[in-house]
Amino acid sequence: MSLARRIIPCLDTDGARVVKGVNFVGLRDAGDPAELAARYNAEGADELIVLDIAASRDRRPTFLETIRRVATELAIPLTAGGGIRSLEDARSVVRAGADKVAVNTAAVERPELISELSAEFGAQAVVLAIDAKLAKSAAAPHWDVRVRGGRDSAKLSAPLWAQRGVELGAGEILLTSMDRDGTQAGFDVSLTSAISRTVSVPVIASGGAKTPEHFAQVFSEGAADAALAASIFHDGVQSIRSLKQFLAAQGIEVRFPC
Amino acid sequence: MTVALIDYGAGNVPSVERALQKLGVTPRRVTRPDELACASAIVLPGVGHYAAIIRALDAQNLRRPLIESLSRGTPFLGICLGLQALYAASEEAPSLSGLGVLTGAVKSLPPTVKLPHMGWNRLRILSPSPVLEGISDADYFYFAHTFAAATTAETSVAACDYGEPFTAVLQRANVFATQFHPEKSGAAGARLLQNFLRLAA
Repeated sequence: MSLARRIIPCLDTDGARVVKGVNFVGLRDAGDPAELAARYNAEGADELIVLDIAASRDRRPTFLETIRRVATELAIPLTAGGGIRSLEDARSVVRAGADKVAVNTAAVERPELISELSAEFGAQAVVLAIDAKLAKSAAAPHWDVRVRGGRDSAKLSAPLWAQRGVELGAGEILLTSMDRDGTQAGFDVSLTSAISRTVSVPVIASGGAKTPEHFAQVFSEGAADAALAASIFHDGVQSIRSLKQFLAAQGIEVRFPC
Repeated sequence: MTVALIDYGAGNVPSVERALQKLGVTPRRVTRPDELACASAIVLPGVGHYAAIIRALDAQNLRRPLIESLSRGTPFLGICLGLQALYAASEEAPSLSGLGVLTGAVKSLPPTVKLPHMGWNRLRILSPSPVLEGISDADYFYFAHTFAAATTAETSVAACDYGEPFTAVLQRANVFATQFHPEKSGAAGARLLQNFLRLAA
């Protein structure tokens, strides 16, 4: 099999600018989305994800303009997410140039949204984003789904919700470990493995990446189909090309742009 | 040169348009039957559900003029669903008739692999084709699909292996199609589009 493992930079935006923070708080500016998109496209990113973490109604036109500017720079697939609550919201980001749409809180609140998006755009265009956090206090530890930027519990088990999302028509799972996000302590390999081996669709691991070893580990032990990171790429701590060279040397199949 | 880009509301029409523009060709978005006749090449993009492309082509009365253009020898490039639409039928929407330019039916890839087949995969080139010039088995292309056409000696010029072999690139005379998305496949995809445009010039 020669399906390559994918490396996906993520642009968290406040609508207009790329921002970064730890555990979804303490945001600061990390650059222009279109400039970063052009750089990652040239460096060999396999896809790009743009998220509107503010997701406020009045900033929506700004975010759509950001998608348009980013899409113009890319010859690779683009996923857009953040604040997509309806079929009409999804249509607007697709019209702006997104190939896939990521849904999170709105899908938890109204799971039929997944089916509606899948019927309109096809399962390959519907990414179910799940923010998972280990709940240790419960009788049995489990991965709890978090919503509204991680603030609230959805009172759902992450593996069960992933499974349900796939049944409803999601074609991919974007799985973020809230425990690891922003820590640079490595991906949550056991969480990723638990979900990836449960569902029949590709899983993108997210949260905690710093070193090339972290990526190798989440692909091999975590069975991730793709891995996402933000700040290590934005800050130039890790170049995509050297990351891929490392992975290839480990026997992990990756794509090098020609 | 007028490249007609069939616009039936498919999600990837703008991406294909942008990819062609980067190669110096501004395609004409076509929505009506009479606009197809004067095209020097036709591109049929597609992404999503098989029923969407077939119903849209019929709703816009494009089925017959499209088939006529293909038999007149106009260079044609189908992308993803635009490849699948060429066949007589698809398992994804068994009650609908495809364009029937090619015989046989499009079927689901096997459930032994994760579906959709999503991501960058390599080709196995089976026979030379003008659209594959400068492209080798080492190049990666972006796929995003669950259904696919079996390979045949007559039409498949490149296969891809995912669960089972399927047609990644086909050619029959002036009719070309790719299961992957050249408009999303970086420099390798651009090369394939450039090769196709050369046929149209």
